[in-house]
Amino acid sequence: MKMDIAVTVNGRKYQEIVEPRLLLSDFLRETLGLTGTHVGCEHGICGACTVLVNGDSVRSCLTLAVRANGAEITTVEGLGTPEALNELQHQFREKHGLQCGFCTPGMLITGMDLLKKYPLASDAEIREGLSGNLCRCTGYQNIVAAIRAVVDQQDGNAS
Amino acid sequence: MKPAAFDYVAPRDLKSAIDALVGAGGDGKVMAGGQSLTPLLNFRMARPSLIVDLLRIPGLSFIELRENTVVIGALTRHADLEFSDVIAAHLPVMAAAMPHVAHLAIRNRGTIGGSLSHADPAAELPMLAVFYGATIKVEGPAGRREIPAEEFFVSALSNCLEPEEIVFEIEFPVLTSHTGWAFEEVARRFGDFALGCIAVSLELTDNTVSDARVAVMGVDDTPRRLREAEEILRGAEGGARTALRFAQIVRASVSPADDIHVSSDYRRNLIGALAERAFNTAFARAVGAKP
Ligand SMILES: Cc1cc2nc3c(=O)[nH]c(=O)nc-3n(C[C@H](O)[C@H](O)[C@H](O)COP(=O)(O)OP(=O)(O)OC[C@H]3O[C@@H](n4cnc5c(N)ncnc54)[C@H](O)[C@@H]3O)c2cc1C
Ligand code: FES
Ligand code: FES
Repeated sequence: MKMDIAVTVNGRKYQEIVEPRLLLSDFLRETLGLTGTHVGCEHGICGACTVLVNGDSVRSCLTLAVRANGAEITTVEGLGTPEALNELQHQFREKHGLQCGFCTPGMLITGMDLLKKYPLASDAEIREGLSGNLCRCTGYQNIVAAIRAVVDQQDGNAS
Repeated sequence: MKPAAFDYVAPRDLKSAIDALVGAGGDGKVMAGGQSLTPLLNFRMARPSLIVDLLRIPGLSFIELRENTVVIGALTRHADLEFSDVIAAHLPVMAAAMPHVAHLAIRNRGTIGGSLSHADPAAELPMLAVFYGATIKVEGPAGRREIPAEEFFVSALSNCLEPEEIVFEIEFPVLTSHTGWAFEEVARRFGDFALGCIAVSLELTDNTVSDARVAVMGVDDTPRRLREAEEILRGAEGGARTALRFAQIVRASVSPADDIHVSSDYRRNLIGALAERAFNTAFARAVGAKP
């Protein structure tokens, strides 16, 4: 069985014919060639494959591509460009929030959703929010510090 | 791994979804949030010939206060419950529990109907359904029926649904006279499935417990309401002695199995410790909440 789907990824429209069993993670990586989205475990545990679907963070490995029909998707490629990083990406660089970079796309996308939905008043709250994203390199300290820096900056701007 | 091939339909109403399941002759599977089913497909532990996607059926995602019940549509997502003012005001134990359900990205997709149907013994929503005495409403080829939560969960990962029945909404009675409550859970990491979890809610009259509600999960094949523990709280006053006695009864009421995570003794002791803490918190809240 094959199906037509139309999705918008990072502002660009795509129309493709896919099997219903195709995962959104493989659709992004293999069909569209957007390999910024990483795949670690394929059962929702590691968080590396997290993307925004209509503004909400979701696991692309737990989403059939056909279910994203009509949706707007943002992957790590859509957050900023190497010349113009977005604020969270910038702080990941400043605070050394990454080493090998495998977990980073998922960390950034999760971070974007956390910043939108929670006050993140304490570092404990940031850590809770990141509990679904595994990193085998950094020990998390600098990832928390990068998100903290963005929160502090937003709070500074607000007051 | 990748899922084996399957056919896929996304019907626009419940009736067509049921017809599609009937047509698949027992080999069809409903998908709601897909957060428990997709991992099973990826590992080929489930190989249905047809996926019936509920995603495009309108009207199944809502949270509504109707007199003394909160009615929740089966496709309502965990994140909708987490951020709902109606839930915060009327089902406070559910509001406290939702951040413990998986992680934000999974709460953005997982649904209450899916969580109940999946019937994981360490999941929060099945336990909340038992705790509140919820009614689970389902529709199948033979029409509609209503199932009390305590009868819905049969054993670990198994419910009492017929293969072609679909949960469409759940009714949660509000514990209107209860003024104190607590939700306590311990998991390996925040958002992981629970090693032990208890919910307690109290009604006080003259600083004495006049009604109590207690449920636990993670310590048995299904979530359980502990009526004996509720009974010993009735007429009790606050304080360390009541809390200890309550913890004793809770410990004695459960029979957890050893598993790869922890031993049976660990779970039993854990649930006792959580029971003591939960009673004290609930009682303090009830006293504080009195006019
Ligand atoms: C990494 C990870 C961590 C998690 N941690 C937790 C946790 O800590 N606590 C917790 O409670 N859950 C946890 N979950 C599970 C999550 O809450 C799921 O969303 C939920 O259990 C299933 O809901 P769903 O809507 O995704 O269902 P689906 O995956 O779509 O379906 C699950 C099952 O229910 C059936 N089904 C779905 N909807 C209906 C319906 N309306 N009527 C009849 N049958 C139906 C399906 O056929 C399938 O068998 C976790 C999941 C992951 C991947
Ligand atoms: S690849 Fe999706 S969560 Fe690990
Ligand atoms: S930077 Fe290597 S896994 Fe996180």
